[in-house]
Amino acid sequence: MSEFVRNIRLWFAPEQVRQEGGTPDYRFSLANERTFLAWLRTALALIGGGFAVDQFLPDLRWAWRVGLALALLGAGVLCSLRAVNHWVRCERAMRRGEDLPASRFPPLLSLVVAVVAVAMVVVVLFRGEG
Amino acid sequence: MNRADRDPGLQPERTRLAWRRTTLSAAVAAVLAVKTALHDGSATGIAVCALCCALWLGFLRVAHLRIRTLASASPPPALAPRHASAAVLCAVSMAVCAAVLVV
Repeated sequence: MSEFVRNIRLWFAPEQVRQEGGTPDYRFSLANERTFLAWLRTALALIGGGFAVDQFLPDLRWAWRVGLALALLGAGVLCSLRAVNHWVRCERAMRRGEDLPASRFPPLLSLVVAVVAVAMVVVVLFRGEG
Repeated sequence: MNRADRDPGLQPERTRLAWRRTTLSAAVAAVLAVKTALHDGSATGIAVCALCCALWLGFLRVAHLRIRTLASASPPPALAPRHASAAVLCAVSMAVCAAVLVV
């Protein structure tokens, strides 16, 4: 947990990241930045999905509609926070010459998306009317 | 000196396009927010909708600053954590706005 708090402090302190270790090849930093942006796009897509559930499934019961939308929005928030956290960790690992951090997040996110998708199919087909 | 000679991978260009794509995704989310707010029609809805548009403009500004830095310096410096956090903050605030509109 303290590691996580330290990472959060790094989000706002560029000089701290820059002082550690040596500067990696700029191409690696830019690749890391593009990965960060790809995750951010995923997060924005999930947020857009939350809006879309609310707007384009108006026949659903309120609880299902709001529940699915909030699940997607929550996944979007988690995904964007994790994006910046992972970016900082990768940047620091590259500066120190360590291995890049492993992550359980991608399978976790895909499971959440799969569960929401299945729930949406079930709700739209069978129970959501009225 | 031609940048293509120096960097066959065109890294700064690809990064610039990644920022553009991400801005476009943010624009899609903002447009969906506007649609939700107009559908809703309440004063809160309009306020949240304006906030979402402001957030998108904030994201556009971060992207623009970053793209300018990428174009001006060579080799381009790494992304400042402040800018990464600002971009993420825009996305998270948009999600909060969405939650307010949906509930």
